[in-house]
Amino acid sequence: MAAPVKVYGPPLSTAVSRVLACLLEKDVEFQLVPVNMANGEHKKPEYLKIQPFGQVPAFQDESIAIFESRAICRYICEKHADKGNKNLYSTNPLVKASIEQWLEAEGQTYNPPSSALVFQLAFAPRMNIKQDEESIKLNDQKLSKVLDIYDQRLESSRFLAGDEFTLADLSHLPNTHYLVTVGNRGEAFSSRKNVDRWWNEISSRDSWKKVVEMQKSK
Amino acid sequence: MVMKVHGGVASTATMRVFATLYEKDLEFEFVPVDLRAGEHKKEPFLALNPFGQVPAFEDGDLKLFESRAITGYIAHAYADKGTPLVCEGKPMATVGVWMEVEAHQFDTLASKLQWELVYKPMFGMAMDAAVVEENEPKLAKVLDVYEARLSQSKYLGCDCFTLADLHHLPTLTNLMGTPLKKLFDARPKVSAWVADIMARPAWAKVLAMRSQK
Repeated sequence: MAAPVKVYGPPLSTAVSRVLACLLEKDVEFQLVPVNMANGEHKKPEYLKIQPFGQVPAFQDESIAIFESRAICRYICEKHADKGNKNLYSTNPLVKASIEQWLEAEGQTYNPPSSALVFQLAFAPRMNIKQDEESIKLNDQKLSKVLDIYDQRLESSRFLAGDEFTLADLSHLPNTHYLVTVGNRGEAFSSRKNVDRWWNEISSRDSWKKVVEMQKSK
Repeated sequence: MVMKVHGGVASTATMRVFATLYEKDLEFEFVPVDLRAGEHKKEPFLALNPFGQVPAFEDGDLKLFESRAITGYIAHAYADKGTPLVCEGKPMATVGVWMEVEAHQFDTLASKLQWELVYKPMFGMAMDAAVVEENEPKLAKVLDVYEARLSQSKYLGCDCFTLADLHHLPTLTNLMGTPLKKLFDARPKVSAWVADIMARPAWAKVLAMRSQK
């Protein structure tokens, strides 16, 4: 049996928690390797060897070392296709195409405003960085437009890509969690009927609850 | 039934899809979307992409948006045609990494810079020098990582040309027509890679679509 895979980075990081959620959905054993970001460990030569952009997460298993959270998730799903949640990243090409479409929508359209807000609302205060009110206002507006489109989509579809919970939905968990908790943006989600239903369903998954526990204990 | 691409010949995202189709010698029908008239923000286009962006794509009953989802679909569905743009097994993991790098590290900066240096002048709008000043050094740092990577690998994802390289072409071509060309020229491996991928015949066909218009 293979040794546990390694994930480098703190569970509090949205990108790290994306990978952790995926590993838990797929029942793949992992070991979390701490990276002391407060001390700039992620910018030092040793770490840059495994993630040349100096960001978390990085990932290793017995055969490969990779980075970029969404690439790591795809790799885990492909390699362990028969384990855990088999619908997470379907092997059926037409279903996969739909998952990829919404995973790209997350990365290209949902992530920019939501991660800007997460930084301003959740992390900047902790880091004693003054919040940028302009940025918050702008990104709240952008997020609102995106959520209108999501609400329309989720009117006719239980999850983003179709009837099953997939990597496309999972990819939204980290940023959204911070937005509705410490970010005080719950109303943006709860005021939209279908988004509210979807968020409640995906955030109640055992895998995500475990990740939230891990974030609390670190 | 022939595949359809809805978009614009000068839209970088649409060009990504054209490049993939030409690389794989696949027949397709181009359905122009009048971006200037805002056709992409209205019905019936919104039924194809609710985010109101080009491109949108059809292959029989399958409808897709997001250029990188479309190119990935084409590359896998037509794996045995033309240039293999993805790999099987373990090498695909690394190709996947560098596809994400393009999407998140390169394109974010490159899009901001091309907007200031290419599109704003085209529309008679004033360039914001502060945006260029802020993002140019960031792009330089990304290209330093590319330089190191291309010292170990012929192309970004692996030793063959894949979507990880192809996805750069539209925005890269735009930037190479600006003073930022110097950032690429200054790094020997990056410079050679740029020259190589921009010289591909399939890319020339994509660019030729703009002059045909």
